[in-house]
Amino acid sequence: MSQYLLSTYTVEDEVPGAPATPEEMQTFMERVIALEAEMDASDTFVFGGALHGPDAATVVSSSDGDPVMTDGPFVESKEHIGGFYVINAEDLDAALAWAGKTAEATNHPIEVRPFRATGRVEDWRGEA
Amino acid sequence: MTPAVAAHREATDVERVFREVYGQAVATLVRVFGDITLAEDAVQDAFVVASERWRSDGIPPNPAGWIVTTARNRAIDDFRRSARGRELHEQLDTDPSTPQGLGAEDWEEDGPVSDDQLRLIFTCCHPALRTEHQVALTLRLLGGLSVDEVARSFLVTEPAMAKRLVRAKYKIKAANIPYRVPADADLPERLRSVLSVLYLIYNTGLDDPERAALRSEAIRLARALVELMPDEPEAAGLLALMLLSEARVPARTSEGALVLLRDQDRTNWDRTMIEEGHAIVRACLRRNRPGPFQLQAAIQAVHCDADSFEATDWPQIVALYDQLFSVMPTPVVALNRAIAIGETEGPGAALTALDAIAPDLDHYHLMHAASGTMLRRLGQRDAAKAAYERAAHLAATEADRGFLAQQIEELAEDGPSRSTGRTDRLDHQTKQLR
Repeated sequence: MSQYLLSTYTVEDEVPGAPATPEEMQTFMERVIALEAEMDASDTFVFGGALHGPDAATVVSSSDGDPVMTDGPFVESKEHIGGFYVINAEDLDAALAWAGKTAEATNHPIEVRPFRATGRVEDWRGEA
Repeated sequence: MTPAVAAHREATDVERVFREVYGQAVATLVRVFGDITLAEDAVQDAFVVASERWRSDGIPPNPAGWIVTTARNRAIDDFRRSARGRELHEQLDTDPSTPQGLGAEDWEEDGPVSDDQLRLIFTCCHPALRTEHQVALTLRLLGGLSVDEVARSFLVTEPAMAKRLVRAKYKIKAANIPYRVPADADLPERLRSVLSVLYLIYNTGLDDPERAALRSEAIRLARALVELMPDEPEAAGLLALMLLSEARVPARTSEGALVLLRDQDRTNWDRTMIEEGHAIVRACLRRNRPGPFQLQAAIQAVHCDADSFEATDWPQIVALYDQLFSVMPTPVVALNRAIAIGETEGPGAALTALDAIAPDLDHYHLMHAASGTMLRRLGQRDAAKAAYERAAHLAATEADRGFLAQQIEELAEDGPSRSTGRTDRLDHQTKQLR
């Protein structure tokens, strides 16, 4: 069993293909809730969420032990991660199948990335 | 035979056997070890042993089995000698659950299993890998080409190709791309990806005489695939398509210049390959599960059936292109259909069909070359010249540019008022669908 990050991206703070009307929003919600129920039923869903935009981000770095704050996201880009699921999947084919369903439900491209390791470093150091 | 000649012959025999069994051995060891790089290294080591042993003792009756057994034993020795291996081995002594591939019971029968090669083909051609990585992995792991040979096939340096292969193998491992034949529901799409990779390898060998060896490699792999998946008519269709194209290679060029289908010396076509290709196409027709590769093979079969260009059954070719377009509606299929219409309904009808696809193929030299040919047949010399010039500007190979320059020269000889009796057409046998 592997774990994968399925993520969506915003482009200049917009979500391409996002629901435009209340009716579209309603069916969008229904599709995503049904997808998550399917993920739960198959023990696929680990965690997920939708993020605020990059304007809400702060980067903290350490300078000789003193934290230094920078307003804004780390990556200078038009595209930023907008939301994600962390899923359990047998292999990449299974993860790609879930990504396909997610892309269909959200009307948005989904990036699939395998986790090198998950959980606490103490649990996996020496293995990965 | 002198000893030197005998030694040379044995050396080439050993090389040939290496090439033949490389893919089988790697495929089986990927299953045993669950790791491509480990499997490759073990096979390389076993080849070093074999190249000494076989030259003195002769090639064993089951060379693939010999390589797999030797490779596996050496890899397990190495593994045990490593610190990690010793640690695991101690655990195994007290723990009855043995990791896959290391239990003694698994060592008993590790002879090459044909399914292993099939698994490896589907892994190498997984749609999550970019096409150039699919092709490189297939040639390296299944074709047994050296990294340098693969690099030369794609006109990149050896370090660049080595890097490409490392990246592709990294993704297979990191993303956990499965090592198995896809489920029935996914099989048609996944098989298409495998067939496209093999056809791309073949066409790369067709484009450049320096890389001709890729053609025989592609045919060998297609043959292996047909043996592994006898119930997949598209795999058979691809093999037939390659054979019917390959059969005409000897007549395709003369002193480095392209020879059009209509001008080819058909006695130079390889009849044995044509017969095999025809037999496969007939078997596909009986199965009646047509697909893009089978239809392309059927079109080539009609060409190969004709004693001369004029004797070609053009209505049949147009009908097959219609069928092909219904399952594969691409502008390039429409282009080839338009060219065939030039033979059944004449150049005017062909130009009408070409106009419809011109916006999609404005950057494709063969579209402009086809327009030039049809315009020339209508006696419109200036328009024909402009089309040929545009085609020459876009053409990528020296052979194509030379051919187009010749067309422009001939136009000047046509004379202003009469339309040409001699018609030049594209060689759709070799250029189609690219």
